[in-house]
Amino acid sequence: MDFKDYYKILGVSEDADASQIKSAYRKLARKYHPDVSKEENAEERFKDVSEAYEVLKDSEKRAEYDQLRRYGQSGGDFQPPPGWRSSADFSGGGFTGAGEQGFSDFFESIFGAGGFQRGQSRAGPGFRGGRGFSARGEDIHNHLSIFLEEAYQGCEKTLKLQVPEPGPGGGQRVRERNLKVKVPAGVEHGKHIRLRGQGNPGVGDGPPGDLFLEIRIAPHPHFKLDGRHLHLLLPVAPWEAALGATVAVPTLGGTVNLKVPAGSRQGKKLRLKGKGLPGNPAGDQIVQLEVAMPPKQTERSKELFRALSEEVPFNPREHLGV
Amino acid sequence: MAVERLTGEIIDEQLQLSLHDLCCDGRVSAEFVLELVEYGVLQPLSGREPREWSFAGEDLVRLHRALRLQRDLQVNLPGLALSLELLEELQGLRRRLADLSP
Repeated sequence: MDFKDYYKILGVSEDADASQIKSAYRKLARKYHPDVSKEENAEERFKDVSEAYEVLKDSEKRAEYDQLRRYGQSGGDFQPPPGWRSSADFSGGGFTGAGEQGFSDFFESIFGAGGFQRGQSRAGPGFRGGRGFSARGEDIHNHLSIFLEEAYQGCEKTLKLQVPEPGPGGGQRVRERNLKVKVPAGVEHGKHIRLRGQGNPGVGDGPPGDLFLEIRIAPHPHFKLDGRHLHLLLPVAPWEAALGATVAVPTLGGTVNLKVPAGSRQGKKLRLKGKGLPGNPAGDQIVQLEVAMPPKQTERSKELFRALSEEVPFNPREHLGV
Repeated sequence: MAVERLTGEIIDEQLQLSLHDLCCDGRVSAEFVLELVEYGVLQPLSGREPREWSFAGEDLVRLHRALRLQRDLQVNLPGLALSLELLEELQGLRRRLADLSP
């Protein structure tokens, strides 16, 4: 495994004092918190930052880490020295409530599975449930990216999950699970779907936690999303806008015919009720007209436009005062 | 490796939760939910008394997010209310920006 330089991760020098470390951690935790950050690898960075702080804030762990850092920085594959055992590993004494995602193999190789102890209960403030040797497993939060067409029709997606489970010797090991998740039709961007009992296993007789997947719908080249409503810019020819026409419009459920009223102006909005994402109620598709010009003019068409300009007195820039 | 097939449940306004459901699913005390309601972080859809309250499914997601922010960034209750409002606005703006990008 690679050696993790916790000082570098927090951006502090080797002789940084406790307040500098705390301040660097707080700043980076805000920056990379998965609920706040938009960066793709935010979760990973946040985990690294939390892990680095977990070690450097504790003088005992920091001293042990500094010792190993001198030993392990030579580059290449890192392994703790033979016979290495952290004092944190002895003091763990069984289950200490590992992190939601657990810390890295690097951390565990130094401090053991029992090296992690947070100041605050993961169960949240004011929790008054059973505190014996039974506890419900942690919920898992993840993202699931889908296409708009998949959100419309519903889809089945395959997920790979790393689930911690009790291993030999009181430690934890990671098991990989393959899940095929049926995503119901009509799920909106940013909404969550819940898979009950698919989170981390419980402790003792405690039930497992739930798995929450936040849906991310990839931007679509034509349709824009607004909750369950869809927006589409629909180009129409000047004569279709002027005279009215029945034009074909794409929707996620297939092509439909839309009546464009005579005398429609650029930007006019027409509503196709129930043609957005399905639901109760289903969303609408809002079609906004965009008057397009033919790319090429012939001599005859130029003549017709000249006749039109004489026939229809029109200043499209009147509202600009010119 | 075996593949498990599962069906997801959408957490939206169709899913309505009582105060008891919210406390069990979020693993928090009723007192904590009451405080979040007081600060406007959670808003019951209906019910005058706490025992009659009904919350939209999204409030469970908001509660989880509030717990993570409180745990990881030590945000207090007024700070949570402000952060969640700003984060939701930011999420909407980021979506609009992604739609505008070619």
